[in-house]
Amino acid sequence: MSQKSETVVYYVLQFIALSAMGSLLLIALFILKEGFPFILEEGPSKFLFSSTWEPAKEHFGIFPMLVGSVWVTFGALVVGGPLGVAGAIYLVEFTPKGLMRIIKPVIELLAGIPSVVYGFMGVAVLAPLIRTYIGGPGLSVLAASLILGIMILPTVMSISMDALNSVPPSYKEGSLALGATRWQTQYMVVLKAAKSGILASIILGMGRAIGETMAVIMVAGNAVKIPNSVLDSVRTLTANIALEMGYATGRHRQALFATGVVLFLVIMMLNSFAMWSLKERRKK
Amino acid sequence: MRIPPRVAQTVARVVLGAATFFTVAVLIFIIGHVLVKGIPVLSFRFLFSNPEDMGRAGGIFPTLVGSVLLPAVALVFAVPLGIGTAVFLTEYTRESKITAAIRFGADCLAGIPSIIFGLFGFIFFVTVLRMGWCILSGGLTLAMMVLPTIIRTTEEAIRAVPYAYREVSFSLGATRWRTVWRVVLPNALPGIVTGIILSLGRSIGETAAVIFTAGSSLRMPSSLFDSVRTMSVHFYILAREGISSENAYGTAAVLVLAVLMVNGISYWLMHQFMKRFS
Repeated sequence: MSQKSETVVYYVLQFIALSAMGSLLLIALFILKEGFPFILEEGPSKFLFSSTWEPAKEHFGIFPMLVGSVWVTFGALVVGGPLGVAGAIYLVEFTPKGLMRIIKPVIELLAGIPSVVYGFMGVAVLAPLIRTYIGGPGLSVLAASLILGIMILPTVMSISMDALNSVPPSYKEGSLALGATRWQTQYMVVLKAAKSGILASIILGMGRAIGETMAVIMVAGNAVKIPNSVLDSVRTLTANIALEMGYATGRHRQALFATGVVLFLVIMMLNSFAMWSLKERRKK
Repeated sequence: MRIPPRVAQTVARVVLGAATFFTVAVLIFIIGHVLVKGIPVLSFRFLFSNPEDMGRAGGIFPTLVGSVLLPAVALVFAVPLGIGTAVFLTEYTRESKITAAIRFGADCLAGIPSIIFGLFGFIFFVTVLRMGWCILSGGLTLAMMVLPTIIRTTEEAIRAVPYAYREVSFSLGATRWRTVWRVVLPNALPGIVTGIILSLGRSIGETAAVIFTAGSSLRMPSSLFDSVRTMSVHFYILAREGISSENAYGTAAVLVLAVLMVNGISYWLMHQFMKRFS
C-alpha cells in the first residue's frame, strides 16, 4: 500500500517538476508563433536594419531601437560594472565584520526596489540635473545609463561577492605567505581565480539592463531615431513594445511581438553564456 | 617609478571604499527621497478611499486591493509548483539529464525580462484562453515569473537540512514521502518562507508584466475575472502622464514601504534559518 502511494507521489512530483521547463517552452512557443512569421514576411534584414518605424505607414524597421538598446545597455555596464565589482571586492576583503553586517542587508533590501521607482527618480531628480548642468533634453541615453547602472548594481555585486567568496582560502593564504599585501593578493590571485564568476555577474547585469522596461521608458525619452550623443533621447526594444502594445492591432501588433522575439533571443543567448561561465567555474 | 605595495594597497582601499559608499549612498538617497516626499501624503483616507478624477484626487484603495490580490493569486499557483519541483530535484532523483534540463529551464525562466512575460500573458491568458484583462491572467503570469525564485530558495533550504535527520526518519520505518513531509519540509520551512516572501516582494513591485495582463481599471474588482490596477501600475500612470505628482509620491511611498517590509522580513527569516543550521 505505502509502496504504491510512494510511486504515485514520485510521478506527481515529476510532473510538477516539469512546470518551469513547461513555462519556458510555452513562452518561447507563443512569442515565436506571434512574432517569427512577421520577421520572415518582412525579411529579417529589412526588419532588423531599416531605420524607419512608422506603423501607420506599414514601415517596421527596428534598427534605431536596436542601437538604442545597445547604447543604453553599454552605458549601464560602464556605470554599474566597475562600481559593482569594486563594491564586491571592498565588501569581501576590506570591510570590517560589523560594517558588513549593516551594508549587506542594505544592498539586498535595495535590490527589491520596484523598477518604476528607479524610473521616477530618473524623471524627478536626474533628468532635471542633466538638463541644467550638462544640456540636452534631460531624458536621454545618459539618464537611462545612469539609472540602469544603479539598478544592476545589486545583481553585479551579489554574484561577484559569491564568486570572490568561493575562491579557496588556500590561494589567498599562499599569496599572503609569500609576502604579498592584501591588495596584491586580491588583484593578482583572487580576482583571477574568480574571473568567470565576475564575468557571469556582469553578463547577468547586462541581461537585466537590456530587459528593463518601465524605468527606461520613463527616463530615455523614447524618440525613434539613432542617437548622436549621450544627451540625445533614445527608444529601446523593450520601450518600443511597452509603449505601443496598448493600442496596436494587426500587423503593428505582430511587429511588436517580432521585437519581442529579437529581445527574447538576445536574452537567451546572454543567459546561456552566463550560465556556461558559472558552470565552468564550478567544474574547476 | 614603482609604486610601493603598501601605498598601492591604501589607494586601492580608498578607491574601493569610495565606490562602495557611493553605491550605498545612492540607494539610500532613492529610498529617502521617496519616503520624505511621500509619507506626508499618507493618511488613513489616502489608503482606504477610492481615487477620484483618474487619481488626481482621492485615495488608492482599489490599487491596494489589486496589489494584494495579484501576488496572492500568483503565490497560490507558484508555491505548490515551486516546492514540488524543489522536492523532486533534491529528494527524489539523482543528478541526471532530467534534473539538468529542469534546472536549465528554471534558470532561463529567471532571466526572461518582465516585458516578455507581459507579452506572453497577453497573448496566452488574455487572448488565446479568452480570460481577458483580469486578476487571474495577471496572477498566472506573475506565478510563472516567480516560480524560479521559489524553486531555487526551496532547494537551498532543503539542502541545508542535515542528512542525519532523514536517516533517523528512515530508520524508524518512515517512507520517503513521510520523511519529506514530516521531517525535511518542516525543518526547511523558514528557508522556504523566505523564498515565498521574496517572490511576494517581486510581484508587488512588478509593472510591465502586470499592465498587459491585469489591465489598469481603477474600479474595485468584484471577482477574479475583473480587471484591476496594482499600486505599481497606478504609480507608473500617475508619474508618466503627469496626473498628480503628490499622489504619485504617496503611492510610491506605500509601494517602497511594502517592499522594504516584505524584504526585511525575508532577510530576518533567512538569518534565523542560517543560524539554526550552522
